[in-house]
Amino acid sequence: MTARTLYEKLWASHLVREEADGTALLYIDRHLVNEVTSAQAFEGLRIGGRKPWRIDTVLATADHNVPTTAARASGIDDPISRLQVDTLDANCRELGIRQYGMLDPLQGIVHVIGPELGATLPGMTVVCGDSHTTTHGAFAALAFGIGTSEVEHVLASQCLLTRKLKSMRINVTGRLPTGITAKDIVLAVIGRIGTAGGTGYAIEFAGPAIRALSMEGRMTVCNMAIEAGARCGLVAVDDTTIRYLEGRPSAPTGDAWAQAAAFWRTLASDADARFDREVTLDAGEIEPQVTWGTSPEMVTRIGGRVPDPSREADPVRREGMRRALSYMGLAADTPIAEIRIDKVFIGSCTNARIEDLRAAAEVARGRQVADTVRQALVVPGSGAVKRQAEAEGLDRIFVAAGFEWREPGCSMCLGMNDDRLAAGERCASTSNRNFEGRQGAGGRTHLVSPAMAAAAAIAGHFVDVRHF
Amino acid sequence: MRAFTTIDGLVAPMDRANVDTDAIIPKQFLKSIKKSGFGPNLFDEWRYLDIGEPGQDCSTRPENPDFVLNQPRYRGAEILLARENFGCGSSREHAPWALDDFGIRVIIAPSFAEIFHGNCFKNGLLPIVLAPATVSRMFRETEDIEGYRLRVDLATETITTPLGDRIPFTVDPFRKDCLLRGLDDIGLTLRHEADIRDYERRRRAVEPWLFG
Repeated sequence: MTARTLYEKLWASHLVREEADGTALLYIDRHLVNEVTSAQAFEGLRIGGRKPWRIDTVLATADHNVPTTAARASGIDDPISRLQVDTLDANCRELGIRQYGMLDPLQGIVHVIGPELGATLPGMTVVCGDSHTTTHGAFAALAFGIGTSEVEHVLASQCLLTRKLKSMRINVTGRLPTGITAKDIVLAVIGRIGTAGGTGYAIEFAGPAIRALSMEGRMTVCNMAIEAGARCGLVAVDDTTIRYLEGRPSAPTGDAWAQAAAFWRTLASDADARFDREVTLDAGEIEPQVTWGTSPEMVTRIGGRVPDPSREADPVRREGMRRALSYMGLAADTPIAEIRIDKVFIGSCTNARIEDLRAAAEVARGRQVADTVRQALVVPGSGAVKRQAEAEGLDRIFVAAGFEWREPGCSMCLGMNDDRLAAGERCASTSNRNFEGRQGAGGRTHLVSPAMAAAAAIAGHFVDVRHF
Repeated sequence: MRAFTTIDGLVAPMDRANVDTDAIIPKQFLKSIKKSGFGPNLFDEWRYLDIGEPGQDCSTRPENPDFVLNQPRYRGAEILLARENFGCGSSREHAPWALDDFGIRVIIAPSFAEIFHGNCFKNGLLPIVLAPATVSRMFRETEDIEGYRLRVDLATETITTPLGDRIPFTVDPFRKDCLLRGLDDIGLTLRHEADIRDYERRRRAVEPWLFG
């Protein structure tokens, strides 16, 4: 048998049928649902007189709209947000869908709770009406973000209509230096290949620096595969994967566990598998990353400077850089470490897991948020992460340092609730997108790792966490 | 779904790369549970001088006169000319819903983000990929010739310019067929119900833990 990539194995094992023109029906094992992209899909199902195909594969939670203050116990004030959350509740009740509603102790960001519950397993296909579904690829699951029409399609047929992708392997060689995290790896990758570099590809992240990452680090890397344009990111199964999953509530048990674990270990690219494109990065050369513009590819190292558009040869790129600097209120050649910030956001499906909070707390311990920083938010990714952090005393470290300790949700990553930037405010954020207006109309986002965000909160400007 | 055959439409040039879905339809407008009504908030942050919130009457809001779609010569455009990686970012289908509700039927760009590209086809919008040099030429012509229109014929996969040039394009054959006939994906897929059931039986034998 010819050598196959991990992507090819997962593709083949989910192929229901493939037409001569390459259009394929791919079977879906796990369907994650949120409040923002599902209401119209459920409505479409009702109008079409169709029933969900396999309700046991669906798992729902409200994450985008939910307030993160303790006041949420008394409900959502914003009537439009409330209607969306209530609509999800009603749809789940009507169809018997397993849901972790806003006040459930296990509620959280869908891409945090899926893995946490063991609802994401190796060898699965996972879809969700959210582009950051790429996160679940860390488990060697083929995981795609889909639109609302596709949410309805998967509900009705358990299948996704799609085409086979090309394959890219990103090899991260060497050892990650102290103070450098999964977030820095993935930002460096996007800086290298660009925000459209992965378009048309499934990206497998490989190499010793990826193998050395925890599952949480691998999730951070796969989470941002979409920011490189890729529909999915993947990491092969190894001992780290199996250890993470054992004992999770929805993971198989007993004989089924042994059988599953043995099967999962086959989920890696064969040694001589061929990829359509290979990219290699040396982990040893990665430094803490900070974005300076309005696209995740506009990124540099903490020791760097804001680039000068006049040195860019390509006219479309040059104009894009000029526009980004104007929006960001930055002058060319400004040292990154001299950029002062107004707010800090530690959270999101990229960086709101327990290891992220530990890394940030380690920096914040015994220090104070700078007077010039108006707000520093820590928003755990789930109820389980929040309780674990509280058991370890991380909440007390944050609060003593001047951070706000919040309830779980997507929060200021996209500001669909009240957690937003005001126009002109500058934020050190552990989220995934620095697009114009993403965190609030006119808000200015710089993407960094949790440790770098915490250090910026203390210093009031970006600072190299390795020497902090 | 509404069918797409041909269109003869006014062209508006959106001359920036990496236009993302947060720009196309900002998040505060994603709270609707309907598919319609997003048009007045298309490109909200670029289009208006104030900050947009759901439920406003957009007809009384101050428009940004510099924004391309507000310029008199581009009012009523049905074809959007764009740059690389149009539609990057989130999977929100509200982006094509907003473009459609505004009146855009065709988007021409050197490349699209994949999720957005797929979402267009499912809503009767036609995204067309052309070579960067061809797109750049269209940008020049659009700016030089007021009232620049293109005729887009999906059946023959050709665009005809006012100068008489005929530019070929290609569309995935399955997507083309669905658009031309206005077919609903779900109905098509459910014709293969027996195949899906067969697949489930085979798979259950290999990975039984996935079928509780």
